[in-house]
Amino acid sequence: MSTDPEHDYASGQGSEGVPAPEGRANLINTDYVIGQDNYTTRKFGVNVDLHGKVFSISSISVVFFVLLTLALPDVAETVFETIRAFLTNTFDWFFLLAANVFVVLAVVLIFTPLGRVRLGGVKATPDFSYSGWFAMLFAAGMGIGLMFYGVAEPIGHFDTALQGTSIEADTRAGEDIPADAQRSDSAPLGGAYADEEAAARLGMAATIFHWGLHPWAIYAIVALALALFSFNKGLPLTIRSIFYPILGERVWGWPGHIVDILAVFATLFGLATSLGIGAQQAGAGLAYIFAGIPNNDVTLVLLITGITLFALGSVLLGVDKGVQRLSQLNMGLAGLLLLFVLAVGPTLFIATSFFENLWSYTKNVVPLSNPFGREDTKFMRGWTAFYWSWWISWSPFVGMFIARVSRGRTVREFLIAVLLVPTVISVLWMSTFGGTAIEQFVGQGITAVKDADQTELKLFIMLNELPLAAITSLIGITLVIVFFITSSDSGSLVIDAITAGGKVDAPKPQRIFWAIIEGAIAIALLLGGGLSALQAMAVSTGLPFALVLLIGCYAIIRGLMDEPRPK
Amino acid sequence: MFSKILVPVDLAHLDTLRPALQNAADLARHHGASVCYVSVTGTVPGSVARTPDEYADKLQAFAEAEGKQHGQPVTSQCLSASDPVAALEDRILEAIGDNGADLVVMATHLPGHLDAIMPANGARVARDTASSVFLVRSRGD
Repeated sequence: MSTDPEHDYASGQGSEGVPAPEGRANLINTDYVIGQDNYTTRKFGVNVDLHGKVFSISSISVVFFVLLTLALPDVAETVFETIRAFLTNTFDWFFLLAANVFVVLAVVLIFTPLGRVRLGGVKATPDFSYSGWFAMLFAAGMGIGLMFYGVAEPIGHFDTALQGTSIEADTRAGEDIPADAQRSDSAPLGGAYADEEAAARLGMAATIFHWGLHPWAIYAIVALALALFSFNKGLPLTIRSIFYPILGERVWGWPGHIVDILAVFATLFGLATSLGIGAQQAGAGLAYIFAGIPNNDVTLVLLITGITLFALGSVLLGVDKGVQRLSQLNMGLAGLLLLFVLAVGPTLFIATSFFENLWSYTKNVVPLSNPFGREDTKFMRGWTAFYWSWWISWSPFVGMFIARVSRGRTVREFLIAVLLVPTVISVLWMSTFGGTAIEQFVGQGITAVKDADQTELKLFIMLNELPLAAITSLIGITLVIVFFITSSDSGSLVIDAITAGGKVDAPKPQRIFWAIIEGAIAIALLLGGGLSALQAMAVSTGLPFALVLLIGCYAIIRGLMDEPRPK
Repeated sequence: MFSKILVPVDLAHLDTLRPALQNAADLARHHGASVCYVSVTGTVPGSVARTPDEYADKLQAFAEAEGKQHGQPVTSQCLSASDPVAALEDRILEAIGDNGADLVVMATHLPGHLDAIMPANGARVARDTASSVFLVRSRGD
């Protein structure tokens, strides 16, 4: 490959010739050359540069699972849903415990001297401005969820809490409950029977718990481990690099291949099935707002095709011009919608409840995150363990994307931005959207939001009670669609990097390939059935990845200990 | 006619760059021009180097080796980007301005159908710069 016999530029080998990275940092001394296991060729005018095993096995198994699900949708749904339910019900304690470990580690690191370590070495400078960086964190990881659950979840928990607790024979709280009885209600903790004020506070605390420190700590751990081992230790930006402190050089073999294949799997199926389900929700929203738009397969296929085309444009423009700008646009729109609801909704109620909700969250976060001896098992399994499994299965994707855009930040800065700021924003978002919906019920007696059957319509039903509903609902739909585009484009970049053995400079057609595959799987499953089946399977990867994250915690501490910590 | 020639290089694909490098060397000798070798590299570890600084050192060594062969003064500039594939053209255009280059010699592939949605980097650079651009087709394309 090299044209100069004295210099082998294209090789990372010969570490004595490797100069120190920016500032002092400690590159891991490995003989592995990034891309050494890649298959490169030029066929039909298209260059490819792929990790042979990771790409081929993940592609073949993706096709296999999609065909299997299309052939036997009912069987697949039963099997995958049973697996998912078994995992979240059996390992509920493990998910809760693991998430607590992540939160504690992330918070502690902020206050230790290790927080001074800079990702990319002492002299590294950030690649993105605060606004661009922050917008991308949100757009990749959570934006879409906040749109859908911002109204539905607070009002849902408020409702179940208000109804109080029950066991098999619908015994109300306060009566004698047999010691071994399982509760049949989904209320968080002890509920708040017939106490609207307490139910609202508890409902908001439970919602913020699911969208606050814990999910962001899950993302932060994966992202920090990857950023550290990639930017500071010189390993490729793929999930397997987290395992280096434990497996050493074996990560370049099959153990590493399996981790990376699993990450591709979780990301691709997570994204494709969310895209399909999201399109159904956006379609329902469009039909709700515009009487002329039918909520049928044609609309949905058009929606997915449109989202995929925009995502294609965005991945071609790249991180700076594509993903970053779209994310900033969306954050601007989301901010406007938030301000609007704040202004025309119950402003004073939201303002005071913001602090009350924050306090309620602080007060309840320990009992809510307690893994053992819980009475509210239905809430803990059906909501918390499910959410944790869901966040963890998304963490390879979101974590890897966050890692990639976080070079140049200190660990402290990183954790404050990835953990604390999003939590505060989630509290504000949930207080505004959920709070408005709760106030509509409590203060004005409007039951439309609370009683709506379709979760995906609750945002629009809430907006419908406010002025300018047509405009705000349209902004809501736009936000949903653009958040899908930003998830799809960042996801394609992540899958491409993993299947290219950690290379981020692989040929552009590979990104296009993955973005199209996501859309194609979504359409195939939408028309053929099986979206929720495969989504259940994607969420099932939460369990193995919970182990990966725990190893990530160990890797972070080991890795940070021998990094320079300037004053 | 030309005093500063800018040559974009990717150290991972030097084999396909040979014709462009040879032409740049010949033109530099003919015009008595200095040559600036420019690379756009990712901030994450890649196949050539594990940090942008390491890449910059390798590029400087490469430039000096080229300079020894053609005998004209050389410099090198390594630009890092979080998404090097997408940022390539913009960074090359920046480098043309930074270095005051009046000629760009860069390798390019044969035109194909995909160019409609993904134009060749060289074509994009030529479209957006006031400097002269010499696109050298790779052999065996």
